[in-house]
Amino acid sequence: MTVASDLITRAAAAPAAPARAPRRRSPQWAAWLFLAPVVIYLIAFYAYPLYRNLDLSLRHYTVRSFVQGGAPFSGLDNYRTVVDNATFWPALLHTVLFTGISLIFQFAIGMALAVFFAQNFKLSATLRALFLVPWLLPLIVSASTWSWMLNSDSGVVNFALKSVGIDPVNWLTSPSWALTSVIIANVWIGIPFNLVVLYSGLQAIPSEVYEAAALDGATGWQRFWRVTFPLLRPVSAITLLLGLVYTLKVFDIIWIMTKGGPTDSSTTFATWSYKLSFGNLLPQFGPGAAVGNLLIIMALIFGLLYIRLQRRQSL
Amino acid sequence: MTLSSRRGLRAIAALSVAVCLTAACSNDNSSSGDGSTAAGGGTYNIWDPYPQFDDSSDWVKLLAKCGTDAGVTVKRTGYDTTDLTNKALLAAQQGNSPDVLIVDNPVVSTLAEGGVLTTTDDTKVDTSAVEPNLLAAGQQDGKTYGIPIGANTLALYYNKKVLDAAKVDPATVKDWTSLTAALEKVKAAGKKGITFSAIGTEEGSFQFLPWFWGSGAQLTQLDSPQAVSALALWTDWLKKGYAPNSVLNNTQTTSWQEFATGDYAFSENGTWQLANAKKAGFEYGIIPIPSQAGGTAPAPTGGEFVTAPVQTDTKRYATTAKLVACLSSADNALTTDTTLSYVAATSAVQDKQVAANPDLKVWVEAVKAAKGRTSDNLGTKYPKISEPLWGAFQAALSGGKSPADALKAAQTTAASATK
Repeated sequence: MTVASDLITRAAAAPAAPARAPRRRSPQWAAWLFLAPVVIYLIAFYAYPLYRNLDLSLRHYTVRSFVQGGAPFSGLDNYRTVVDNATFWPALLHTVLFTGISLIFQFAIGMALAVFFAQNFKLSATLRALFLVPWLLPLIVSASTWSWMLNSDSGVVNFALKSVGIDPVNWLTSPSWALTSVIIANVWIGIPFNLVVLYSGLQAIPSEVYEAAALDGATGWQRFWRVTFPLLRPVSAITLLLGLVYTLKVFDIIWIMTKGGPTDSSTTFATWSYKLSFGNLLPQFGPGAAVGNLLIIMALIFGLLYIRLQRRQSL
Repeated sequence: MTLSSRRGLRAIAALSVAVCLTAACSNDNSSSGDGSTAAGGGTYNIWDPYPQFDDSSDWVKLLAKCGTDAGVTVKRTGYDTTDLTNKALLAAQQGNSPDVLIVDNPVVSTLAEGGVLTTTDDTKVDTSAVEPNLLAAGQQDGKTYGIPIGANTLALYYNKKVLDAAKVDPATVKDWTSLTAALEKVKAAGKKGITFSAIGTEEGSFQFLPWFWGSGAQLTQLDSPQAVSALALWTDWLKKGYAPNSVLNNTQTTSWQEFATGDYAFSENGTWQLANAKKAGFEYGIIPIPSQAGGTAPAPTGGEFVTAPVQTDTKRYATTAKLVACLSSADNALTTDTTLSYVAATSAVQDKQVAANPDLKVWVEAVKAAKGRTSDNLGTKYPKISEPLWGAFQAALSGGKSPADALKAAQTTAASATK
C-alpha cells in the first residue's frame, strides 16, 4: 500500500469514529470525565492524606507497629493523652494569643498603611515596594535574622536598649518574653500581605463615593469609618480569614527562633504537633496527628463561619 | 453554575485550606530502589547522614570501592541526620529499606525496637575489636544491632590568651570547684567565662549529660541530689554571669561561634570543631570535662553506627556483611574517621590516630571514658527521659523553676512515660 492511499483510507475512517461515539454516551458521562481530573486530584492530595491523618490519630502507634503494621484501634485515646498532657492548655492559650494578637496588629497596621499609600503621593510606590520586603524574604532568613537581633548578649535590640539606658531583655530565653518575641516577628512578616490585599480593595472603591461624602461635609475620620471601612468589609473578611489560617499553622518562625521554648513558653499547636511527631528520637505519631487534627478543626470552624457570613451577605 | 454547587465548592475550598495545616498528614513516599535483585551482582543501597560529602569525597570513593570489592554496584544517598530517622522508618514501612544504613547511635535502639534492623548475629558481622563502651549504644537485651564507624564526644576547648590574661592555668582545672574558680577569675579580668548549648532539643541533653553523669547521677533517677547539684552548677554560672543567657537558645554551632569571637575562656564542644579551632585565629587547648569530685566525667558518645536493615530477600545479607566489614575494617576506618574528624572505635586504630596526630590524645581519652546515651539497657526509654531532662534544664536556666523543682517534675514525667 502506498503512503498516499494509506492517508486516504485513514481520512475516510476518521470522521466515522467520532460520529458514532457521542450518540451512545450520555451527557452525564462526559460531565464525569471532565470532573475526573479534579476529583482524582482532590482524593489523592486532600481526602486521602486527611483520612490517613485521622487514622493515625485513632490508633495506638509504636515504632514497631508503625513499621510492621497492625496498630490497634484505640478510639480517642490519643486525644485524651493530648488533652491530659501538661502542655495542652498552655499550647492552646499560646495558639489563641499568637493568632489573635498577630491578626489584630497585622490587620490594623496593614489597614493604616493601605489608607496611607492610597493617597498616591510622590515616592509612594517605592515605599510600598519596601514594605513588601518581609514577604519576599524566605522565612528561614527572616526568622534567623530576628533571632540574631533578639539575642540576649550580642543582639542589636538589646544593644539599642542599653544605649538608651534600659535594661536588656532576654527576648528569646525568658519564659515571659519568648511568646511576645515570636509575635512581634510574625506581625512584621504578616503586614505586607494585609497591606497588599487591603490596598487593592481600596482601589476598587469608586472615587465618586468619597466626593459625595466630601460634599456632605464628612471629615477624614468620618470618611474612613462611614465609607472606606464598610465598603472594605468583604475584602477585610477574606484577609482576616486567610490571615487566620496562615497564622494558626505558623511553625517555622517559632521553631527557628525559640523551638517553642524555654519549656513550652512559646509552644503553639503547630510546633507541638511537630515536636511530638518528629522532634524526639522516638516519634509519637498518634498524639502528633491528634494535635494536627485539632488544628484542622479550628481552621475549619472559622472557614465555615466565613462561608455562612458570606452567604448571609449575598442574600 | 447553581448556587448550591457553588456553595459546595466553597466548602471544599475551605476544607482544602484546612488540610494544608498539618505537616504530619503527608505520607512521604521515599524513593529508593526496591533492591529485589538477587545476591551477587546487582545494586546495593547505602544511606548515610553525611550530605556534606559529594561524589569526589574520600567517603563516597570508599563506598564505591567497598562495592567493587564485594562485586556489586553501590548506590549512595546522603540525608540530613535529623531527616534520616523518619526516612528510615518510612522506608521500612514500605518495605524498601536500604541495604546498609549509617545512622546516629541513639537512633539505633529506636530502629531496633521497630524491627527495622538485623542483629550482627544475623549478618555475621564481627564486632569483637570494638571498644565495649562504644558498642553498648547499639546493644539491647544482649543483641547487637550494628557496629560503630567511629565516635566523637565532648570536651572543653579553652582560649589560651583569655586564660593567661586572667592568670588561670588550665592544668589546675580538675573538678567543678576549680573550674568555677577559673570562671570567676576570667570574669574578674573582664572576659567571658564559658559557652555551651542548653537548647530544648536532644542537642541540649547531649551537652548536659557530662555534668549530669559527672555528678554521679543516673538517668533512671533525674531528681537525685547529684542531679540537682549538676543543674545547680549550670544555673549558678548563668546567675553569676559566667555563662551567657544565650546558652538557652544555643545550638552547638552557635555556641562555637560565640567562642570563636575570642572573648570566651571555655567552650563545651565536640571533636568535629577541631578543624574550625585551627581556623579560629587564637591559640587554643583542650581539656577533658571534669567531674564533680575530680577526674574525667563520662561524656555521651556521638557518632554513627553502620547497620544492616531487614530485607525480604535474606540472600542479600552475605554481600551486605561484606560491605559492613569493609567500611569498619581498620584501614578504611582510619580514613573515614580522619575525614569526619572522629575518634576510631577500636583501640588499634585509636593508637594509629594518636601516633599521626598527638592533639587527638585528649579526645581518645574522652572517648574511652564516654558512655552511650542508650546504654545500660535504656534503649528506647532514653528519648522519653531525655525530653523531660531538657525541659528541666530549660526551666531552671530561664528562671522558671529551681533546679530541684524542675528535676522533680522531670522525674515524674519520665517515670510515667517509661513505665
